[in-house]
Amino acid sequence: MKKLRMSKATGINFLTYALVIIAFVVLQVMGNQGMLSSTLKGQLVPICAYVVMALSLNLTVGILGELSLGHAGFMSVGSFAGAVSNVALAASIPDAGLRLAVSMIIAAIFAAIAGVLIGIPVLRLNGDYLAIVTLAFGEIIKSLINNMYIGMDVDGLHASFVQNTLKLEAGGRMILNGPMGIPGIQKTSTFVAGFVLVMIALVVIFNLVGSRSGRAIMALRDNRIAAESVGINVTKYKMMAFVTSAALAGAAGALFAQGQNTIVPSKFDFNTSILILVFVVLGGLGRMWGSIIAAAALTVLPEMLREFADYRMLVYAIVLILVMLITNNPTIKNFFESVLDRIKSGKKAKEGGAEA
Amino acid sequence: MLAFLNHVINGISLGSVYAIIALGYTMVYGIAKMLNFAHGDVIMVGAYICFFAVASYGLHPILGVLLAMLVCTILGMVIERLAYKPLRQAPSLAVLITAIGMSYFLQNSAQLMWGTNQKMFPAIFGKTPFSFGGITISVTTVVTIIACVVIMLALTWFTGNTKMGKAMRACSEDKAAAQLMGINVNTTISITFAIGSALAAVAGVLLCSAYPNLVPTTGSMPGIKAFTAAVFGGIGSIPGALLGGVLLGVIEIMAKAYISTQLSDAIVFAVLIVVLLVKPTGLLGKKIREKV
Amino acid sequence: MKKFLSIMLALVLALGCLAGCGEPASSSTSGDGAATAFRIGGTGPLTGGAAIYGTAVANAAKIAVDEINAKGGIQFELRYEDDAHDAEKAVNAYNILKDWEMQIFMGSVTSAPGVATSAEANADNIFFLTPSGSSTDVLGGVADPLTGTVSIPRKSNVFQICFTDPNQGLASAQYIVDKNLGEKIAVIYKNDDVYSTGIYNSFAAKAAELNLNIVSTTTFTTDSQTDFSVQIAAAKDAGADLIFLPMYYDAASLILTQADAIGYAPKFFGVDGMDGILAVEGFDTALAEGVMLLTPFAADAEDEATQNFVAKYEAAYGETPNQFAADAYDTVYAIAAALEKAGATPDMTASQLCDVLVAQFTSADFAVDGLTGASMTWSATGEVSKAPKGMMIQDGKYVSMD
Repeated sequence: MKKLRMSKATGINFLTYALVIIAFVVLQVMGNQGMLSSTLKGQLVPICAYVVMALSLNLTVGILGELSLGHAGFMSVGSFAGAVSNVALAASIPDAGLRLAVSMIIAAIFAAIAGVLIGIPVLRLNGDYLAIVTLAFGEIIKSLINNMYIGMDVDGLHASFVQNTLKLEAGGRMILNGPMGIPGIQKTSTFVAGFVLVMIALVVIFNLVGSRSGRAIMALRDNRIAAESVGINVTKYKMMAFVTSAALAGAAGALFAQGQNTIVPSKFDFNTSILILVFVVLGGLGRMWGSIIAAAALTVLPEMLREFADYRMLVYAIVLILVMLITNNPTIKNFFESVLDRIKSGKKAKEGGAEA
Repeated sequence: MLAFLNHVINGISLGSVYAIIALGYTMVYGIAKMLNFAHGDVIMVGAYICFFAVASYGLHPILGVLLAMLVCTILGMVIERLAYKPLRQAPSLAVLITAIGMSYFLQNSAQLMWGTNQKMFPAIFGKTPFSFGGITISVTTVVTIIACVVIMLALTWFTGNTKMGKAMRACSEDKAAAQLMGINVNTTISITFAIGSALAAVAGVLLCSAYPNLVPTTGSMPGIKAFTAAVFGGIGSIPGALLGGVLLGVIEIMAKAYISTQLSDAIVFAVLIVVLLVKPTGLLGKKIREKV
Repeated sequence: MKKFLSIMLALVLALGCLAGCGEPASSSTSGDGAATAFRIGGTGPLTGGAAIYGTAVANAAKIAVDEINAKGGIQFELRYEDDAHDAEKAVNAYNILKDWEMQIFMGSVTSAPGVATSAEANADNIFFLTPSGSSTDVLGGVADPLTGTVSIPRKSNVFQICFTDPNQGLASAQYIVDKNLGEKIAVIYKNDDVYSTGIYNSFAAKAAELNLNIVSTTTFTTDSQTDFSVQIAAAKDAGADLIFLPMYYDAASLILTQADAIGYAPKFFGVDGMDGILAVEGFDTALAEGVMLLTPFAADAEDEATQNFVAKYEAAYGETPNQFAADAYDTVYAIAAALEKAGATPDMTASQLCDVLVAQFTSADFAVDGLTGASMTWSATGEVSKAPKGMMIQDGKYVSMD
């Protein structure tokens, strides 16, 4: 029997695409058949956004090997850039799908710029110092957007900072109103758009990781000094991974914001950054399919725990701790590995029998 | 000038509270090499215990503090035993996430046990401030600063001169080598947590004496600020935590007073970034030489 | 690879489970035949930093529902879901309630979640009456006090029991001028909070119009809600004799404590969020002596309805109810009154009920007497007609200033 031989990595990539496509098709069919609850239907777009957030953070934490505690900052930049451009472009691009795509690109560009600005100082640092600086940047972005006012009238966009001093013509509207955020967002994000963005994120990440640059980035993660000594440009490759990650997070933010009725700057705080980090760690560092599943599962989990009423978040915390303990328990790990081995050897024996 | 001095003193008051929390953070980080994000919530538990002891059962404040220390020490050791010890061999990020889970757990347990309504922490150090020539300084601030210095000296002495302290330093340098030298790494780390949690109880009482708003989320934001302060001073360094905490407080107050109350959060973190760019391991952090 | 396959399998199972979970809830209830009780839902922060407000509303709504059910007429089934003061989670909670076949929606307790859930309820045509989501963006169609522009069109089925944030700001400025309460005014507000900023913006606009002398304006955020020394010093150095505090009582209690510590005693003027300060466990009420506030509710009012409610609340939850709780209690009674007047029955769909209730609430002869106001009526803008009452704290009690 001839078998298609492919490398392990390609196989996993292929299966990851398959996972996303199957999940999409199943959910889409179930949605069309009216088999999904309103709750789950309402969560489809946020799940896609969180999946992309987790994928992009996994690029920083898993592939580049740097801990970031401020990833929500990029999501915030993307969210507000995306939602503002959605409102601003409403007249010039009437088609909602196209407008969404354009606003995501704008969001990705803004987030990438933020990524460059942050990356220049941040990537000189190491370990926990880098982590705290990313945390600081997340807080700074939150604070800045909190003081930002953007309005629109016939003359175009107007902006002011710290104090709302905008003078708008009659018929104009405030878009971003400081701490009140953007109150009236037209929902343009769809599950299909979310699916497309997840696929794009996977293509970008897998191509980056599989490329020469990706190997350089991973070499930096595994041993920076050795990598440097063979002539790998540290800043260039670190920056490449970091900015890609920021741009994807920005696009995810735009998807997220346009699936909501309102967003406020305080939404994208330290806790959101931590939430996304939890997805990545739970799914496994560098393991993209793990991030996808963890992000989806942990987004749905709190809603499924509503049966516990007051004890809901307590149960959530316990689940989180137990999952970490169990997945890192050597005995349990060994047990599962031995079970899998047995199944595999059993299968081989059977195959052997059949052939003979 | 007088206004400036008062701002400096207010900054030191705020900073000393950050410092005392940061001492606990840095202690645990320095030895166990883990970011204990649940530290802020242990602080909250300590404050609640002291509150109930003093306000509901009428105990003497000193007894209240001792009781809070006792409860937090036990709590810290239990948390360590159940949630962190099984992950000794696991990657550090796994421990970080477990600590975050523990933080959620403590916050939500507190909410279920003690309700969501805020409680005003009693002024256990009295209300009359010291004042001389227009400058006022509250008793709580004086107590906090003294406590900070005493704890810093005690910790420095303890880690430098006692057998247990030396074992802790050995663990922090190299766990495997320490074990080979006959040090019981598990016990050492447990004791580190016990000390860290007892400090958290003291920090909780002082935090709430200075800013008497007690709710289940009381510890989280000061916890993050203190973590920032600990990194600022050079994480793992005991005098660094004190210095970082006080400076962070002063910067925060100065930013509010002389630049903008609206942008003060951004300014504080911007200063932090600038400092870390100039001194990448914090103010008093050790330079670690990289080996290939 | 094998790990991948096994997890993939688990995922497929989980998906199946999800689909299964979504189904039965809705099918079992509609199969019951004629429903006997109206299903009322609501979302609010029952966990996290804002949980004080959510739990107060959920508790008080339960008391009102139990009272109404005990009378035997209209029957309610109440369900409150946690939104953790987050718009995204609030929409999830709203969808959970929709899956439960909620017929009438008590909205969200806090403003940002309220903006999100009111948009959803508007799209689904489910009646929305919030006890406390006071931002005008919840209602829609109200002009921004600073720019005079409208960001969101009016959501025609959305109503409020509380007064809107801008109205409070306007009323506060007017009240300070009318009663000549202060010459130099300082303002401290929370500039990452929708409620506080909403009141401040309209207060500032009105103050400029009335030539109020504002000498100092300072802010704080959730992250810096511990130390107020700078804000207090700024007010003191500017010689302010009245500090306006548009914020909730948790932050206000710290400001009062810290101002007292440096021996600074201006007049303090608060808004309805200040109510509840006297009930904080361990709070020295002497600090609040002379504090003025505009609030529709005082827990120590003498009337029978308030005393009955406060007694029940204290017996059930061991805490004194605040204004959020009173608003929630009134919300349930307002809904009950409208249903009764319209002769609505529980077998009507949410959309039918919505049309009936909107017609009632906007009709000229519909008025409700509640704890937070006598003969409250609603206009088509969704705003309630009640007027804020000026109260002053004297000897640990509210005393009317009018």
